[in-house]
Amino acid sequence: MTAPTLAVRHRLAERGIDPQLLLLVPATVFVVALFVYPFCYGIAVSLQPAQGGALAAYRTFFSDAYQRDTITTTLAIALPAALFNVLAAVPIAYRMRGRFRGKRLLTTVLVVPITLGTVLTAEGLLNFLGPTGWFNRVLIFLKVTDQPVTLTHNYWGVFFSLIITGFPFAFLLVLSYLSGIDPSLERAAATLGAGWVQRFFRITLPLLAPGLATTFCLTFVLAFSVFPSAILVGDPSGSTRVISIAAYEAAYVRYDYAGASAAAIVMGAVELLVISVVLGLRSLLYTGSTAGGKG
Amino acid sequence: MRRRIVASPGAWIVWGLVAIFFVGLAGVIGSVVVNSFGVRWFDTWLPEAYTVDWYGQAWKDFTLLPVLTVTLVVCLLVAVISVLVGVPAAYVLARRKFPGSRLLYLLFLLPILMPPITYGIPLATVLYKYGLAGHLSGVVLANLVPSVPFVILTMTPFIEQIDPAVERAARMCGARTRHVFTSILAPLLVPGILAASILVVVRTVGMFELTFLTAGPDSQTLVVALFYSMSAAGIRAQQSVDAMAVIYCVMMLTLLVVALRFVNPTQLVARVKEDPE
Amino acid sequence: MTTFETLRLDGVTRRFAGADALAGLDLEIRRGEFIALLGPSGCGKSTALNCLAGLLPLSDGSIWRDGTRLDTLPPERRGFGMVFQNYALFPHMSVRKNVSFGLKMRGVARAEIRRRTDEAIRLVHLEEHAAKLPGQLSGGQQQRVAIARAVVVEPSLVLMDEPLSNLDAKLRLEMRTEIRRLHQNLGLTTVYVTHDQEEALSMADRLVVLRAGRVQQIGTPEEVHNRPANRHVADFLGFRNLLPGIAGGGSVKINNWQVSGTPVGAVAEGDPVVAAIRPEDVVLGGGSGIEVTVEVVEYHGREIAAEARTVDGLPLHLRTSERLAPGDKVAVAFPPERLLVFPA
Repeated sequence: MTAPTLAVRHRLAERGIDPQLLLLVPATVFVVALFVYPFCYGIAVSLQPAQGGALAAYRTFFSDAYQRDTITTTLAIALPAALFNVLAAVPIAYRMRGRFRGKRLLTTVLVVPITLGTVLTAEGLLNFLGPTGWFNRVLIFLKVTDQPVTLTHNYWGVFFSLIITGFPFAFLLVLSYLSGIDPSLERAAATLGAGWVQRFFRITLPLLAPGLATTFCLTFVLAFSVFPSAILVGDPSGSTRVISIAAYEAAYVRYDYAGASAAAIVMGAVELLVISVVLGLRSLLYTGSTAGGKG
Repeated sequence: MRRRIVASPGAWIVWGLVAIFFVGLAGVIGSVVVNSFGVRWFDTWLPEAYTVDWYGQAWKDFTLLPVLTVTLVVCLLVAVISVLVGVPAAYVLARRKFPGSRLLYLLFLLPILMPPITYGIPLATVLYKYGLAGHLSGVVLANLVPSVPFVILTMTPFIEQIDPAVERAARMCGARTRHVFTSILAPLLVPGILAASILVVVRTVGMFELTFLTAGPDSQTLVVALFYSMSAAGIRAQQSVDAMAVIYCVMMLTLLVVALRFVNPTQLVARVKEDPE
Repeated sequence: MTTFETLRLDGVTRRFAGADALAGLDLEIRRGEFIALLGPSGCGKSTALNCLAGLLPLSDGSIWRDGTRLDTLPPERRGFGMVFQNYALFPHMSVRKNVSFGLKMRGVARAEIRRRTDEAIRLVHLEEHAAKLPGQLSGGQQQRVAIARAVVVEPSLVLMDEPLSNLDAKLRLEMRTEIRRLHQNLGLTTVYVTHDQEEALSMADRLVVLRAGRVQQIGTPEEVHNRPANRHVADFLGFRNLLPGIAGGGSVKINNWQVSGTPVGAVAEGDPVVAAIRPEDVVLGGGSGIEVTVEVVEYHGREIAAEARTVDGLPLHLRTSERLAPGDKVAVAFPPERLLVFPA
């Protein structure tokens, strides 16, 4: 080893660059080859449609109402579902943040629908909420209604499927954020004379808010990519025609790869837009340690 | 002073909501299970009679043996490869700061944040172009895209838990980098690696979109086969589709029980510790 | 293992993000010496130790063992032993495995490993705990394992990074003696990092006092204790009274009273100075003293420590065996040989 190479290695090592970083290479190659490259390829394909200019695929997407409206349809399903999941999760998680018997059982049961996934949930919802399913039978039996309520093959079917898989997800995340907040902070507030309403809104909620923003983002991503349930329990050619269906149809029904890529990229862009808005708002919040003292 | 035994209205509402959710969940899963055992079930509370024939029929009609084999092979390959590739990267990201480390972390986060459909369609196109899609290798490659980052994110807190001084101590004892990895880090990381790989298996069994986009006729996993049989409803008896759904269910729940031996339920959803920002 | 006559640090410098954590440390360590690196947290003492160990690359300077350059070698090839602040025991290995690890890495024959491991474990009195995991041991026992693990390979130099700071007060005193005994009996050369001046003074042959990455003083415990090189060292070594004043011929003017002291360093008439004296060196009584009012009294067994205030508002710490109570007015005097005058 000569002196100059030694000096260079020294200087690099000082900035944190040394042969150990080679351990990153396989993972980086994987992600670049299987994620970044296809994404760029997709963008390139979307800009080279069979006819028209470079932006023709996008122009077609945005000028055709049948395609364009998938954006609002997707948002109309994903945003309320994500919001509902997060908002419902907060009070429930707040009640259950302490230790109690059966907590592990409860959380375990909640993981079940996440594990089962959307395809199975869709199958179950078709049986359960269908016109002759148990749900409508109970309603008719209780004389709440005399005609079965239509809850499948429309907006509500998809919405329920997103709640069944999304709510436990949001709940467990919120619960883990809540248990990260030092309980002695609330006790400290109590000794200073704060009632539970004040404790929740002045202490817990501000500390929880960044976590809620993150939870909302992750739940939204889950809801936004709704695909199988939109086809199976939804109305895939009408009220639940989401972007992913548009993209899928373009690729595998019409073999219009430029259109499919364009739809996929629009989908990614819309999602990133929503997430960056939420994360932008999140950055306005306090995001430091939620422990009481040193930690 | 008497302690209040009656719960507050708030508690009633909260527990009520939870109860409604669980009743719904039980209804969803229960109706699938009951239907798969029912001879004929139409417009009554319960089927007229019970049978297990639908399982045999599903097994035959949907050629479940090869489907299950494919599912198993795909999961094992994805888990092993993503651990081999992800753990070293997680180690460097957990331990080191270097120019661009945050950018790289973001790069690894993206495949988890993006809906699978958005990158799945271009990915499938690329894989078809190189002749990799339509069979097992394509399915494995596609499933690795979210799995490698997932392993990285899951392993990072496990690695951060290990005191870096332990590694330094090993070096001071004369251990080379290779020995630090084999005698110190590997044994300490075994629980984390088991947890990460079982989670990857659970996610891969349930991963619909990517498998759906890249699988050929003989490389479908169970969840994709289930989707096809459902969307082609009417061709096969509904009960036989449900029998298949129950098989899928049992498989997932078995995996879940195994997974919960290594991790707590919250970890199935996200890394418990939020990355410090 | 490799022995040496001197280990030389030559302008060892380490920068973090442009700031000097350690600037130009020159030091010669002779075989068999016990050196303590002393200083407040953030003074660069741990940086110095890690540079010596090879765990941190140097930004500048070099390290030599006799004629061999060391700073280009990775830590595992320097042949040093190290005891970490939180012990850093391998949590998945038994005590015996922890201790024998270094020997195994050096490819020592199996019978030899057995013999030396047993000996090291006996040396730190852990025979009956040899099969336990570190998690099953108390802090003091873990500390002994860490020491055994560091010395079993007969290192040419043992590095200790605040090894006693996680122990309770009683155990700390015991381990102090224990470490000093091992150092003598095994003929070790030791570099010991601490922020505890008492620990450093009582254990080391020579002290290196650091502040803000720079060496302030190198000397024997007596030298450092009696003649701190500057006001910072004095401050760190228990001169709690640091009184600002103006130098006059052979005395110091503090506010409007004059005291005589011993100048340390270049002090010219009219210079702003700091007059430093330890609380235990302040003398009570005597007619010509300065009158102070006692404000706070702490009980320390045979003595009390008191904080008092002069008429013109200067706080003064003193220790005495007299019983004082808050509000008492007493006269104090400063013995000139104990009052050190430093340039401000």
